[in-house]
Amino acid sequence: MHGGRWQTSTVLPRVDKTEHSQAVMTPAPYRIIRRRRETPDTWSLRVEPYDRTVPVRFRPGQFSMLYVFGVGEVPISISGDPARNDYLDFTVRSVGMTTAAICNLRNGKTVGVRGPFGSTWPIEESKGEDIVVIAGGLGLAPVRPILFYTLADRSDYGSMSLLYGARNPEDFLYPKALEGWRGRFDMDVHVTVDHADRNWRSNVGVVTRLIPMANFDPEHTSVFVCGPEIMMRFTVDDLLGIGVSEEKIFISLERNMRCGVGLCGHCQMGPEFICKDGPVFPLSRVKRWFGKREV
Amino acid sequence: MRAIQEQNAFIMEARELNRLIETLAEKGYETIGPTVQQGAILYGHVGSAGDLPAGWSDQQGPGTYRVSENGDSSFFGYVVGPNSGKSFLHPSRETLMQASRKGDLLEFVDDPAPPERYALIGLRPCDVKAIEIQDRVLLEGLYVDRKYKERRDLLFIVTVNCAKPGGTCFCTSMGSGPAADSGYDLALTELNDDRGHRFLVEVGSDSGSELVAALTTKQATAADIDSAGRQADDAAEAISKSIDTTGLREQLYDSLDSPYWEKIGARCLACTNCTMVCPTCFCTNVQDVSDLAGNSAERIQIWDSCFNAEFSGLHGGSVRQSIHSRYRQWMTHKLASWEDQFDTLGCVGCGRCITWCPVGIDITEEANTIRKRAGQLAGTVEDAP
Repeated sequence: MHGGRWQTSTVLPRVDKTEHSQAVMTPAPYRIIRRRRETPDTWSLRVEPYDRTVPVRFRPGQFSMLYVFGVGEVPISISGDPARNDYLDFTVRSVGMTTAAICNLRNGKTVGVRGPFGSTWPIEESKGEDIVVIAGGLGLAPVRPILFYTLADRSDYGSMSLLYGARNPEDFLYPKALEGWRGRFDMDVHVTVDHADRNWRSNVGVVTRLIPMANFDPEHTSVFVCGPEIMMRFTVDDLLGIGVSEEKIFISLERNMRCGVGLCGHCQMGPEFICKDGPVFPLSRVKRWFGKREV
Repeated sequence: MRAIQEQNAFIMEARELNRLIETLAEKGYETIGPTVQQGAILYGHVGSAGDLPAGWSDQQGPGTYRVSENGDSSFFGYVVGPNSGKSFLHPSRETLMQASRKGDLLEFVDDPAPPERYALIGLRPCDVKAIEIQDRVLLEGLYVDRKYKERRDLLFIVTVNCAKPGGTCFCTSMGSGPAADSGYDLALTELNDDRGHRFLVEVGSDSGSELVAALTTKQATAADIDSAGRQADDAAEAISKSIDTTGLREQLYDSLDSPYWEKIGARCLACTNCTMVCPTCFCTNVQDVSDLAGNSAERIQIWDSCFNAEFSGLHGGSVRQSIHSRYRQWMTHKLASWEDQFDTLGCVGCGRCITWCPVGIDITEEANTIRKRAGQLAGTVEDAP
């Protein structure tokens, strides 16, 4: 009855199993070729494989496991341009021992990379639709590949909106890219912050307040949401309230992960392994669990 | 009664068991079987039939386990001990990979240790079923656990059907015993009656057939088969615990908000014993270790448990803060979401989690209570005008 559930979804394309039958727990060495401070505690790293003849591929929404020698390994979303096959970009906030070690690595140092793993934002399947991307804080990193991808073929999509909230103006990721997007005439960008000083000239308040400002047709829109779980809960409620279908609201979930490939058991939420069934899910698939306390 | 095919069943004298163990050892297997150790019957190395727990039995109940000598000559007169095939195929500690550093350069290699070639002798039918379940988790998903696969490919299983169930057994609810239907190379039924001490041997694979050919056996008679069948029926009859699994998954899902979880949580110590002794629990954590010079490091996989607070830890704190939410996760995984994930329940009814729980929490009682409460709730709604 449920045996085919891994294969059934057209929304979450799968990688052929034979590709992964061996040594999924051993990383490949990648060299750090660029690092940039995004906020006081957040860094963006660009890494390329030692073996530069191997093309680097990922699909928007996927993550990799990043390993620091002798310290540990953490799942980090890939935040760069999926059209580039020579490097990977990650944005990492220093919140624990391993992420702090990653943020401290200098250019030329090595990280171990496993992956990419996980499901993807269904942007191919959303062609012809209006696109709304809603991000909170660090949640802009996992959705940024959507913007690279859709803007490269802008005419394939209807209206495009980015709604982004952060605590303070200094917490915005990718400020240059944000300015670039905001300057486009074929894209709607609205930002908000929780707190600001008197120089701030835009919105103050939670990100859900931006939804009425965006111009889209709720019945023909795909919405991609990433941020703290509480922010996603309220966002999802408002989207359902204006008539976006639960099949077309996609959220990216975060849980503790040790393996990234569905073997360690840590990331379960109900029947879902966030690492291999997710991290991106249509709301319709996870609504029974999403928002339930301590599940 | 169980259907045993006559042409596939042989009779082996009890003394030939030693030859069976020796032959497996000669074929290059590391022979593992039940042994009396540390006041328990534990799977460990057996060099001969003399290492088996002949004359020993165990008494089990919620939070209780004792072994004693009963003077009987049966080799397999006990039920199950705390460890299972998991301790060998998916061990509690395993090296995943090695990293070495030269300046800024790192090199990663798979752990090069060759896989062990185990013969698990005396595995109970519930534990054979547990291996089938772990196969689904570790071999049949999108990704494969390499080291489990290597050991599994080399594995030889001699299961021994149960004659007397223990006080916490409920394999009949899970379709995993008291006799094995599949998943073995050889299945033994120990017959120790007025017609002598002997084993009925059923063959389950080509390598099982090969091994039987190297032993002194004779074709089983209808009477032998009848005795074995009756023994299994009697064992099934003697099992006192049960879980009704019909519709259980939906009832558990519908009961996620039940206040009853808090009652269980108030008793549960989150000691993780149930998950350590469970033959299907597969969760692991990793440890990173490096040498003093900082030139080489290893990643070690160790068993983990959903009862540990850090198991669900994120940077903002653990998702499952309360103990009752961890118990709910464990039980609903075993009896509900496992079915969604792997098309089978994650429980074989071996009763270990009941026996080894220091406060004697009984999964069969708790599942049945939650069912009953869910049923009452549904009844109330239906009866409402």
